[in-house]
Amino acid sequence: MSVDQAEIEKIAQLARIRVAPSDIAELTERITGILDMVDQMQAVDTAGVEPLASPLNASQRLREDQVTETDRHGEFQGIAPATESDLYLVPKVID
Amino acid sequence: MSDAYWETVIGLEVHVQLATESKIFSGSATTFGASPNSQASAVDLAMPGMLPVLNEKAVRYAVMFGLAIDADIGHRSVFDRKNYFYPDLPKGYQISQFDHPIVGRGHVQIQLGDGSTREIGVTRAHLEEDAGKSLHEDFHGMSGIDLNRAGTPLLEIVSEPEMRSAEEAVAYLKTIHSIVTYLGISDGNMAEGSMRCDVNISLRPRGESEFGTRTEIKNVNSFRFVEKAIQVETERQMDILEDGGSIVQETRLYDSDRNETRSMRSKEVANDYRYFPEPDLLPVEIEDSYVAVLRESLPELPAAKRERFESQYGLGSYDAGVLSGERVIADYFEAVAASGDAKAAANWVQVEVLGALNNSDLSMSDCPLPATELAALIGRINDNTISGKIAKQVFEILWNEGGSVDAIIDSRGFKQVSDSGALEAMVDEVIAASPEQVQQYLAADEGKRKKLVGFFVGQIMKASKGQANPKLVNEILAAKLDAAS
Amino acid sequence: MSAHTLAALSQRLGSGDVSSVEITRDYLARIEAHDPALNTVITVTAEQALADAEAADARRAAGEAGPLLGIPLLHKDIFCTAGIRTSCGSKMLDNFVPPYDATVVTRLKAAGAVMLGKTNLDEFAMGSSNENSFYGPARNPWDPERVPGGSSGGSAAAVAAGFAPAATGTDTGGSIRQPAALCGITGLKPTYGRVSRLGMVAFASSLDQGGPLAGSAEDCALLLQAMAGFDPADSTSAEREVDDYSSGLEGDLAGLKIGLPKEYFGDGLDAGIDSTVRAALAEYEALGAELIEISLPHTHLAVPAYYVIAPAEASTNLSRYDGVRYGYRCEDPENLYDLYTRTREEAFGAEVKRRILVGTYALSAGYYDAYYRKAQQIRRLIQQDFLAAFESVDVIMGPTTPHPAWVLGDKANDPVAMYLEDIYTLSVNLAGLPGMSVPAGFVDGLPVGLQLIGPHFDEARLLNIAHRYQQVTDWHTRRPAL
Repeated sequence: MSVDQAEIEKIAQLARIRVAPSDIAELTERITGILDMVDQMQAVDTAGVEPLASPLNASQRLREDQVTETDRHGEFQGIAPATESDLYLVPKVID
Repeated sequence: MSDAYWETVIGLEVHVQLATESKIFSGSATTFGASPNSQASAVDLAMPGMLPVLNEKAVRYAVMFGLAIDADIGHRSVFDRKNYFYPDLPKGYQISQFDHPIVGRGHVQIQLGDGSTREIGVTRAHLEEDAGKSLHEDFHGMSGIDLNRAGTPLLEIVSEPEMRSAEEAVAYLKTIHSIVTYLGISDGNMAEGSMRCDVNISLRPRGESEFGTRTEIKNVNSFRFVEKAIQVETERQMDILEDGGSIVQETRLYDSDRNETRSMRSKEVANDYRYFPEPDLLPVEIEDSYVAVLRESLPELPAAKRERFESQYGLGSYDAGVLSGERVIADYFEAVAASGDAKAAANWVQVEVLGALNNSDLSMSDCPLPATELAALIGRINDNTISGKIAKQVFEILWNEGGSVDAIIDSRGFKQVSDSGALEAMVDEVIAASPEQVQQYLAADEGKRKKLVGFFVGQIMKASKGQANPKLVNEILAAKLDAAS
Repeated sequence: MSAHTLAALSQRLGSGDVSSVEITRDYLARIEAHDPALNTVITVTAEQALADAEAADARRAAGEAGPLLGIPLLHKDIFCTAGIRTSCGSKMLDNFVPPYDATVVTRLKAAGAVMLGKTNLDEFAMGSSNENSFYGPARNPWDPERVPGGSSGGSAAAVAAGFAPAATGTDTGGSIRQPAALCGITGLKPTYGRVSRLGMVAFASSLDQGGPLAGSAEDCALLLQAMAGFDPADSTSAEREVDDYSSGLEGDLAGLKIGLPKEYFGDGLDAGIDSTVRAALAEYEALGAELIEISLPHTHLAVPAYYVIAPAEASTNLSRYDGVRYGYRCEDPENLYDLYTRTREEAFGAEVKRRILVGTYALSAGYYDAYYRKAQQIRRLIQQDFLAAFESVDVIMGPTTPHPAWVLGDKANDPVAMYLEDIYTLSVNLAGLPGMSVPAGFVDGLPVGLQLIGPHFDEARLLNIAHRYQQVTDWHTRRPAL
């Protein structure tokens, strides 16, 4: 399956990565190369094969409902790019 | 054509915050109203290398809900990642469930205003994590992000598009509210966002089997707003359709100030959630024995309680519905009914207690009047210690100042006068002071006399400050007036 | 000094022959003298290391013992270390100082190990050459013009260069085994779930696994003993007893059935590597093992399936790097979208971006079934190949890599060629199996690795099989001259 530049741009928007216009052609070519390689999969008949999401053949262990965390917001916000009044700051969120 | 021509089709997605102590995937507290980010752990903040661990109680609560709505409980439930970028979603994905929800198809019974009931299908209910909050106060043109709520367990309950009016939608929502609070799996506090609702609405000509294009109204957070939002959205869609236009499938917001819905500005990029199995969690296996134990421990649910109230206490279906609607109200009612007079209990709880709560904007759990006192009050009416009228005064004092029924009656001298000697003297006094009325009474025929006797009763009650036993007063009056003729 | 294995150092510490402070100083000095040429360490934590070494000496003086007490180590800079910058080789985390330790770090600390610093790696562990590091490539001490492999290239090169007796690494598609092979040391990728992933910066959650890189199988056994074990904070951690990895090292190999997948010896394998590996296999025959040709018929699909699954998981694991709570944030974002897109454009390297985009594509509406679901189905077929093979053999062997270390820059412009270098290692991760690479000789002066693959949770047997080989060969003791 080949991808065109428009598709790469759409995917880049979805992934929230800006791609400079000067890079888009090369990026498209590289990704097309990867997808071409990946497309070898299509030759295999996998009808009826249950997908394997995790190599561990196990089920989820559950945690007891207990509060084990303490307030560490000072420490955590010490490494944040922008905070004020204990809040993380981002450019205005508009719905 | 309008209403008669169009049929409204409504489906609800209800998000219920589960009343766990800790978050669904971390050991942070879930307390409402804590200071910003004080309950956001490294896991909740999506710090690098942090991993989710599933809270058993969230699973338990979801299964309990499933049992309560008679649903299929998935033996194998899988968590998925729902990917989108938003500042209140630290990981850039929400851990949710897509293909294998914990609760499958079930149904609830809703009751409408006329006492009739209807069954509404529940498509599924799945566990997921709540997001944080964006605060839009102006921080120099920035928004502030509080992640305390991020990771609070949610049960998303998806209905079939089987409701046909705002009334049905509200009744459904109330039923869900009632079930989750009965089960104790949520505090159901809508003002604090413990229960939030997305409404899907479409219109189609009656008789048509295909659905029309729907809109989704996000985050409607009270029963009243759900009702209003449905009404205005229905009208909006009707106007468009009748003008020959077509509905755009989109997400809308209900603005309660302006009582209108408006389109949410579609984000720069269309959503593509890219669901896939969450690799940090394994499938949850739910054993039959686990389900069986929970099934055994389920409390009596609202529908069953309503039926019992009807049969055990002889209540009408409407009263039984109101009194069983909330577990705290039902428990309160039953505690009052223990006094022996269930009808009076039903009446007092519905009219006086719920009325007073409503006036003071309190919920049943904040009720200042203990059920035992209301039961005592009803007992004092029934044993003729006080009249119904006085009882309302006592109720008000109890409500506002507290105290016990008997102490209030004693200290305020509310005790009903049932001493026939004292009452006879009062009756004599009133007859003597009202010769004109006596003459009128004597001149009247049987039919009119009944009306005229009210004047004398009124005078006597006034003289006794309401404490005369009205039954005795009537008897004595009748005898004395008849004797005067 | 540098030739000392961890086991030997441990004995000398135990006998009081040397102190932890002394050996820690020696290693720090060696790093200081030689690392500028090799760039294997991103952050040297000298002060902390000496303090920890003193503490370890004090513990020993107080009567405590333990094979890792006072042993200096390097951690791959993907394991979070409280108070010490954990960059993951990315500009995104260049300023990130985590307020917590990874479970692996906690466990090794508790065992008394001394951290010398944090090693270089491909950004977010995405790469096979260490060229994708924000801090520049680490170099192969056997030939500094060549790559050390990746992504745990810094760890492998540092151990080979004698900067530490051992280092931690992570392996998502070969990231421990391949650099171990290219640098001539021993590396072990444990069974998925054997070592906690908590605090290990995630690349692909269903594939990532931490493990040791060291001078010998014996040393790997000592390290794995401390690293492995159930962690309630990692839902994918196996709730299962940890074997005693050292006690079984000497087990006899007579009758051992070694499976040789014909797919691992076909086209694309360097002739020198082929003959080196066959020589190693002959040693095993001499030790009493039996060689059995087997087939893993879906091997050729490992690279395509892996390059869907790993990027898909990575694309969402890396969504958290958004410039809001930690890490890099672009200057003066105009709006939210600008904050996200520019932060991620400016702070992710080219390969990371490519993988995020490929992964996003593979998961997006309309492509999910053709890519992600298909890859997971192939993943099952690959796992089934192995499980079927292990019904008739005890261990599978073959080359770790198709080629020895290549010259820096040679494959930098051809991602697919780079991906194919991991052809023998990827399927082990897809199947969740334990795998090792042990030094088996040289081709033109460059080390060659022999890969050992075992059944799930059979690390003890793998270590035993590797150790017996290392008792009759000395490839693992060879070190480059710096």
